[in-house]
Amino acid sequence: MAADPSTLAPLDLTRIRQDFPILSRQIRGRPLAYLDNGASAQRPRAVIEAESDYYQQHHANVHRGVHTLSQEATDLFEGAREKIRRFLNAASPREIVFVRGTTEAINLVAQSWGRPRLVPGDEIVITWLEHHANIVPWQQLCEQTGAALKVVPIDQRGVVDFDAYLAMLGPRTRMVAIAHVSNALGTVLPVEQFIAAARERGITTLVDGAQAVPHQRVDMQSIGCDFYAFSGHKLYGPTGIGVLYGREAELSAMPPWQGGGDMILTVSFERTTYNALPYKFEAGTPNIAGAIGLGAAVDYVEGIGLERIARHEADLLAYATERLGAIPGLLIIGTAPEKASLVSFVVEGIHPHDLGTILDAEGIAIRTGHHCAMPVMDFFGVPATARASFAFYNTRAEIDALVASLGHAREMLG
Amino acid sequence: MMDLADLYRDVIVDHNKKPRNFGRLEQFNRDSEGNNPLCGDRLHIFIDVESDLIRDIRFEGKGCAISTASASLMTEAVKGKSLAEVRHLFGEVHDMLTRHDAPVPADLGKLAALSGVREFPARVKCASLCWHTLNAALARDAAPVTTE
Repeated sequence: MAADPSTLAPLDLTRIRQDFPILSRQIRGRPLAYLDNGASAQRPRAVIEAESDYYQQHHANVHRGVHTLSQEATDLFEGAREKIRRFLNAASPREIVFVRGTTEAINLVAQSWGRPRLVPGDEIVITWLEHHANIVPWQQLCEQTGAALKVVPIDQRGVVDFDAYLAMLGPRTRMVAIAHVSNALGTVLPVEQFIAAARERGITTLVDGAQAVPHQRVDMQSIGCDFYAFSGHKLYGPTGIGVLYGREAELSAMPPWQGGGDMILTVSFERTTYNALPYKFEAGTPNIAGAIGLGAAVDYVEGIGLERIARHEADLLAYATERLGAIPGLLIIGTAPEKASLVSFVVEGIHPHDLGTILDAEGIAIRTGHHCAMPVMDFFGVPATARASFAFYNTRAEIDALVASLGHAREMLG
Repeated sequence: MMDLADLYRDVIVDHNKKPRNFGRLEQFNRDSEGNNPLCGDRLHIFIDVESDLIRDIRFEGKGCAISTASASLMTEAVKGKSLAEVRHLFGEVHDMLTRHDAPVPADLGKLAALSGVREFPARVKCASLCWHTLNAALARDAAPVTTE
């Protein structure tokens, strides 16, 4: 239930920052300002301890064996799945498939949903904003099936053209796969609107939510997509664990992706019968500790409150946009009216990599490069950008440090 | 201890702002392209070789201060040199960029300004891209060059 932001208590940043051991690190004698959360966020102690406690007290393989530890491990693992179901407001834990991350989730859908059913002439629609993880699996699927990839254009602000999108949906469109939030620009797509238009036409839909789940509440019932993918490590959870949400009717109709243990009911050399959902898609021993850690991350984020997180991050975004925008020669790339808390930018006469090196020497971690979104870079005619991406533990003081350091970079190289 | 002033020395900053021998060569018989797509560093080197001498060399492209300055300094250093001398220089520059404790040879001249790069491992590929591209051009190797 969305609360009125004006009645929310502000975050106690001093206390919150103490929850993240790495934030007290010094980098080259300076306090770390970690502004690369879009690439990977940091972990609170609660996540680190959940994984550590699991290994020290409860580890055994899941879903097999009658001994105590196996039962405890299974309960923790399935408990994490239920936490994630609640977090996403999915109808059933059968709709929550543990994968390695967003990339694997999208590949799973491309191969298991798409490969058996697409034929030459079918179309897949993506947008110009996509991360490579939501481009390449579909290109591979197109090569395998003869389907064609259609790309919805963006404008100079980095907003996806909804009318062009509608015009692109045709009788042969089989899949719409779109980002919820652009990792390179921060644009938030009105995915409900995009998904509704596709569903009216009977088109299957996937949302890449990697950059959305850390910043806002995502609700499978109101978004209405068939598939939703995200990664644990951007949500303050472990690396190597992620989630594919799939509508039960879709997942049931799909063949398994990988074969092996855990995904079967019975095996003989003549015939194998497959396990129920979601295990059909979880061949082999899963990342048990990762799933438990992700469950702890979800608890942690819920404990702070996504609405409070969103409000603090909106403040950081507004402050960073104002301070960075006032620097002569600095151009913000991506100026959509609805943005997640990140700022991509270029500075006249200074390559983003030089910025990255100079900022690092002052303890400030930002991402420089193409952000795995080369088509976006091409669209704006830049080889790379610098990107500061914020989490709820970041402060205005860290943005001040970023601005000061950019000043030093301009003195040094400008 | 990494010191920024050691990386972005005045010579580097100057050659980044005003790269020497920048642009296409009208007459050339060797050329090669270098590309570090992860960084976004890209350059194209044009060389006019005559009787084992580099008569002229120019480059064009876009990149960070280190890659631009390195290419600019390289063109100045190799112009008029024999191919054997260039090979020797390549070895010396390579050692300077990658070997922490190796003394910087006195005959490197202005190229010695790049010695600070070795304290920044992530940036060695920026400084070395032009040299590997030069090598490929001289070897008439048509494959695009990368140091990533």
